[in-house]
Amino acid sequence: MGNPFRGADVISILDFNRGDLELLFEYADRAQKRLGTKLDVLKGRVVALAFFEPSTRTRFSFEVAAKRLGADVISVSGEEAISVAKGENLADTIRMLDAYGDLIVIRHKHEGAAKLAAEIAEDPVVNGGDGWQHHPTQAMIDLYAVLKLFGTVDGLRYALLGDLKYGRAIVSFLYGLTRFKPGAVYLVSPEPLRPRREVLMKLEELGFRYEFAASLDSVIEEVDVLYVSRVQKERFPDPAEYERLKGSYVVNLKTLSRARPGLKVLHPLPRVDEIALEVDATPHAAYFYQASLGVPVRMALLSLISGAEI
Amino acid sequence: MRSGTSTVARIRSGVVIDHIPAGRALEVLRALGITGKEGYRTVVLMNVESRKLGRKDVIKIEGRFLDPRESTLVALAAPTATINVIEDFEVRSKVRVSAPDVVEGLLKCPNPTCITNKEREPVKPRHRRVSSEPLEYRCEYCGTLIRLR
Repeated sequence: MGNPFRGADVISILDFNRGDLELLFEYADRAQKRLGTKLDVLKGRVVALAFFEPSTRTRFSFEVAAKRLGADVISVSGEEAISVAKGENLADTIRMLDAYGDLIVIRHKHEGAAKLAAEIAEDPVVNGGDGWQHHPTQAMIDLYAVLKLFGTVDGLRYALLGDLKYGRAIVSFLYGLTRFKPGAVYLVSPEPLRPRREVLMKLEELGFRYEFAASLDSVIEEVDVLYVSRVQKERFPDPAEYERLKGSYVVNLKTLSRARPGLKVLHPLPRVDEIALEVDATPHAAYFYQASLGVPVRMALLSLISGAEI
Repeated sequence: MRSGTSTVARIRSGVVIDHIPAGRALEVLRALGITGKEGYRTVVLMNVESRKLGRKDVIKIEGRFLDPRESTLVALAAPTATINVIEDFEVRSKVRVSAPDVVEGLLKCPNPTCITNKEREPVKPRHRRVSSEPLEYRCEYCGTLIRLR
């Protein structure tokens, strides 16, 4: 089988089919086995991290992944820290990173920024999150987490709870599920946080079946995976709307009291108050495990894009 | 009954934009950037009888022709329109406009945080048609849908 990632841009999880993702997961398995050793398969390569928006897990795990593969890392973070603060546009910053590095990871508040960067740069560009639109590498991690927890992504029953309007991670996970055969997918969110029309149109184009559920309570007894996301405060045009919706859903021990014993709760993190701390100690909590997979999955992706074996 | 198009005098040379959906003529003129101050002798007929559409609008402009970009703008504002080129009172060509699969630099993305709306970036909005009825385009950068009718 060829390597569809080699030299490729990674803008949306929809750029990849099931076979591509399964190849990625094979590489992630290999990366996991070699986490204790520093590899040199990307020796001499430079990975440029351009994070114009705050990030903890994505930036650090890309940096650790690149370094574990032997690459050097240059990074810019926050618009104030770089020439953007002096008025430099995104395109010029990308041209500079394209000249200095071999692969660019970008996070930006504007939807479409990663696509524009990919059009400008000759190097492969990986989208680390563009506004409310895509977060493909998070979806890869989330799907891999399901695979590791259940041995399969297919046939399981999923509830996606939270901000499906502005949450790029939860929507990317939803898009990722379209590449598999879930048993059921329930979308659970307050009415104003339902997916945007273009997302629903895309699901329709793909012939993907899902249902809106009125509440988590109505489906909690039958789901295997509960994917939760926070209300995306930073994306709301109207702060009053955020204030009205924050805290409108919460997963706690009471919520989970009717859940299947094997239910796993995923969350792309950071959480605010949508998962009560008391859930952390239960066997349902899988979000920290999920976060720990960020490094091996991103190692797999970086090595595949670079055409390096691990 | 005389047809709507011939309600007023014919033009010698110029363009007749016919079969505009009723009530859309001003949108077409706006799309073409025609304000009336350019000096072209212009006739705008609105809500006249049409065998095809029931009611329609018609625009006649003396001494003005449309380039391909402007024809696309007409198609986006009035997808049923036909463009007649007139020379010496005769129809030299008659073309039914069609909304292209992809339009570049013509539609503004309504999403304020789309990268195409960021100042000083070398990027033109690009939209792909996702539906003809209703006419709808999707932003190639942020995915936002624009319904044109």
